[in-house]
Amino acid sequence: MGGQFLQIVSNNSLSLFLWRLCRDKPLGAVGALVCIIFIFSGLFADWIAPFDYNEMNPQDRLQSPSFAYFFGTDQIGRDVFSRIVYGARTSMVIGFAVALLSILISIFLGVLSGYFGGKLDMVLQRLVDAWMSFPDLVVVIVAVSVLGPGKIQIILILSLLYGIAGSRIIRGAVMGVRENDYVKAADSIGVTTTMIMIRHIIPNILAPVSVLFTTRLAATILVEAALSFLGLGVPPPEPSWGSMLSFEGRSYMFQAPWLAIIPGIVITIVVYNINMFGDAIRDLLDPRMRGSGRRQLISQ
Amino acid sequence: MKSELILDVQGLTTVFRMEDGSEIKAVDDVSFNVKSGETVAIVGESGSGKSVTAMSIMRLIPNPPGQIVSGKIHFEGNDLLSMSEEEARAIRGNKISMIFQEPMTSLNPSMTVGRQISEPAEVHSMITSQKASQMSQSLLDAVRIPDSADRVSSYPHEFSGGMRQRVMIAMGMSCNPKLIIADEPTTALDVTVQAQVLHLLKDITYKTNASLILITHDLGVVARYADRVHVMYAGKIVESGKSRDIFNSPQHPYTLALMNSIPRLSNQKKEKLKPIRGNPPDLSKLPVGCSFNPRCDFAIKQCFHEKPTLTTNNRYQSKACWATINDK
Repeated sequence: MGGQFLQIVSNNSLSLFLWRLCRDKPLGAVGALVCIIFIFSGLFADWIAPFDYNEMNPQDRLQSPSFAYFFGTDQIGRDVFSRIVYGARTSMVIGFAVALLSILISIFLGVLSGYFGGKLDMVLQRLVDAWMSFPDLVVVIVAVSVLGPGKIQIILILSLLYGIAGSRIIRGAVMGVRENDYVKAADSIGVTTTMIMIRHIIPNILAPVSVLFTTRLAATILVEAALSFLGLGVPPPEPSWGSMLSFEGRSYMFQAPWLAIIPGIVITIVVYNINMFGDAIRDLLDPRMRGSGRRQLISQ
Repeated sequence: MKSELILDVQGLTTVFRMEDGSEIKAVDDVSFNVKSGETVAIVGESGSGKSVTAMSIMRLIPNPPGQIVSGKIHFEGNDLLSMSEEEARAIRGNKISMIFQEPMTSLNPSMTVGRQISEPAEVHSMITSQKASQMSQSLLDAVRIPDSADRVSSYPHEFSGGMRQRVMIAMGMSCNPKLIIADEPTTALDVTVQAQVLHLLKDITYKTNASLILITHDLGVVARYADRVHVMYAGKIVESGKSRDIFNSPQHPYTLALMNSIPRLSNQKKEKLKPIRGNPPDLSKLPVGCSFNPRCDFAIKQCFHEKPTLTTNNRYQSKACWATINDK
């Protein structure tokens, strides 16, 4: 699986990969497109947004969508389109930071636990069990109310939360890879344990890692929106889709429904498409999942 | 051929501890040696302890549950078993290398073949990474893989089983080892490819004057490629000697039974094959006396209460057996 992944990247057959994506997984291709737009607007928000996210034009309050304001304006005359674009940046920064950091934590714990096994595995996994028995949102809310709201706090808490939970998945993958003879062979030629992990274990678990990454990304965007909705996320005036939905959206739902509808739709579309894209990657990377569009399990 | 001793194994005993606390002796008091440039075969059925012997020499027995409880393994005069992990690592892959039996899972699918071949040399810092790909290429030439310039950057899944096994051999050769342990190198291959791979292995060891320990259950392989043979049964060496002698006159009933269970083209009389009766031994419930006694055609009274020891007889052949084989 991992070999397949590297194969795709290193043989520079990225175009082949994209072609297969479009042919076999049209939904995934759309997902990829939406992801690109999302990342693009996050990166280049300063150029894309016609207004600053905090620029107020009080004479244009609560305008419905028009050519001047694509998504209308809110109760103090801020351009909703610009705030959505800047909100993408917030979601993107938090989403990618958490996905990356949590994957690193997962790989660290999972590889340790899965490779060494035995007592270390036993102890680590019981700790993971204990950690996972707390409901996610409760942990986050408690932590935020102790540490105070803010981007850094959210990133750290969510990374820890997802990182520890995800280590279980990585551990399973590592235990599968470890049994291969090439790991034994590497040991037999005197490769150090650290190098075995870096060269022989980690490259071969990239398939589950890539799937974990996209699901974490989507989940983080959702949780960030939820936290901001509850007022525990990114503090105002910095725009976040969740807080837009909550503060402006809820208060003016009847006078200016677009204030609630637009952030809601954006969150849904982005999360849905990230999931679709992740699903497509998984299917394309797993040789057993290939075949005539349907998921066929062909035993080797 | 010089008869300098490369490897000397004395009284090696490797046990595996079971969950219920009992111990299983996978290798029981095994002694043998390998001279430089020589090919020694270890033959036996599944579970006879031949692979565990190899892994013990490499110090790759997973502990727990396995443990080498006694014995000495001298390699070029140094005791491998009393070395620190660091020292052992410096010898593994460098002076002793191992070729595994499953070519399908023995190569890392995410690394190019070239990098894997040069990995042992890189690990033992014998070459710089610039020279590594050159070296891989010439090793691929040496194992007769065509188009080596292109093939170094291929991935294992682009190779067939036989080619992968040759890549494994190339990998094993990359440090010019003194001793190569090939653990069933051809079991997973087609019969036609088997001959090619063995021939190559023999040829390469001959050119570099390396010694070869050939672990196999295939007596045909032994007859053709080994200088000396050790036959293992239930963790013990039951017979050893020059392969020519052993094939001409097997002294141990087990060896004889193995020979009789091989189909022969020269057999004109349409005789039935004689399989060895009974089942391979359960190492946790070995019979009293000789382990082979329940399956032996020649067993005498002594076989059922006294363990035979390996004794040298007239020629350079030794066997662990009380009975005498009286040819039918």
